[in-house]
Amino acid sequence: MSPGSVHGPGAPAPPDEPRTPAWRLLATLGSGGALAGLLLVVVYQLTLPRIEAHKAEALQQAIEEVLHDPARFDTLYLNAGQLTRELPAGADPRALERVYLGYDDAETPVGFAITAAEPGFQDVIRLIFGFDPKTGALLGMKVLETKETPGLGDKIEKDSAFVSQFTGVAAPLQGVKKGAGKGKPGEVDLITGATISSRTVVRAINRALERWRPALAAYRERRP
Amino acid sequence: MKKTTPAADFARGLWRENPVLIQMLGLCPTLAVTNTVANSIAMSLATLFVLVASSFLVSSVKRLVPNQVRISTYVLIIATFVTIADLSLEALVPTIHKALGAFVPLIVVNCIILGRQEAFASRNPVGRSVLDALGMGIGFTLTLLLMGGIREVLGNGSLLGFRLFGPRYEPWIIMILPPGGFLTLGFILLTYAWWRGRAAAAARTRELAARTRAPAAAAARAKAVS
Repeated sequence: MSPGSVHGPGAPAPPDEPRTPAWRLLATLGSGGALAGLLLVVVYQLTLPRIEAHKAEALQQAIEEVLHDPARFDTLYLNAGQLTRELPAGADPRALERVYLGYDDAETPVGFAITAAEPGFQDVIRLIFGFDPKTGALLGMKVLETKETPGLGDKIEKDSAFVSQFTGVAAPLQGVKKGAGKGKPGEVDLITGATISSRTVVRAINRALERWRPALAAYRERRP
Repeated sequence: MKKTTPAADFARGLWRENPVLIQMLGLCPTLAVTNTVANSIAMSLATLFVLVASSFLVSSVKRLVPNQVRISTYVLIIATFVTIADLSLEALVPTIHKALGAFVPLIVVNCIILGRQEAFASRNPVGRSVLDALGMGIGFTLTLLLMGGIREVLGNGSLLGFRLFGPRYEPWIIMILPPGGFLTLGFILLTYAWWRGRAAAAARTRELAARTRAPAAAAARAKAVS
């Protein structure tokens, strides 16, 4: 390809000035970097409240979705292996792990909403799922954050046939190739073309349940 | 010297120097994110914004930047605009940002943008640079739409999410997988080259015909005068 067609019309590049002092190069890059950094800090600070508000709103919607519109839900913090409704004195609420307990209109607990995260095909997949300890079955699943391949891996959140399988399925889950299931409880059909992503969802839920089960069981026993 | 009207600056990127089809730049996003039309639109609009903003800034500061550090400065400018676009999208339109997800940060490494800074914006006035960036960005958009359209229709049986065929249509999964990107781009380039070859041949024929006709016409004119 001729250089003209790429460079377009215009003056040729200025010849290299052999004696540009080093301080000028440093000053250009340094001030450019400082300006860019300053600009980014400003934009970050300006956008942060709205981004956090969106995230909180999305989380609340997700909790309501996976617990099927509870009348209300409580946040339970994990402190020293125990779930507590009240924050321990002096504890930073952001530092503690938590689950959300939903209640129906008659104040009966309907189940827990638990967040989970596992590295997927591209990046960590974050999701939330509802779990009913009485029946040992899932109530629903929603992906909160994913960078999986658009068109393939993102089916873990966009393919309703895949997502709806997580409603009513018994834990622990087992991912099976589509159509290869033997009808056992806990079987989840994986997505063709997104095996790693869909397997990650199954693994994330199983691991989270394994980790939370003792605390959830203990909490149930202490209820009047 | 080519003509340098504003219209020519703008139109160059659309077809004659289309960034993907002719310059073969920006092939990574062209292949990676064109598996649906919606992704193509989002990607090309974000690229268009970064391209125009960077071209404007690079053209404005071109006298201040020493030649030796120009590429680093351009990359800095581009990365800053990409991050601003990413954060603003997340704050203003969280649903679209979620759909774009991984694509937006990838714009930093789109060589169309760096290529236009180095080849055009750094040596031309601001107005012409912005026009050039607009043309190149729209040329990129058109190509991505073409790719996304072909791949979504064949690979998913839908266009912009609307199903086109009946339930018995078996989608060609391969078309939305990476090989489908290479196949589609290959066939588009093949068609384009064939079309250009034909156009060039036709132009040659016309020229030859004109050359053989010219003396005869001159002779006829001479006869008429006498």
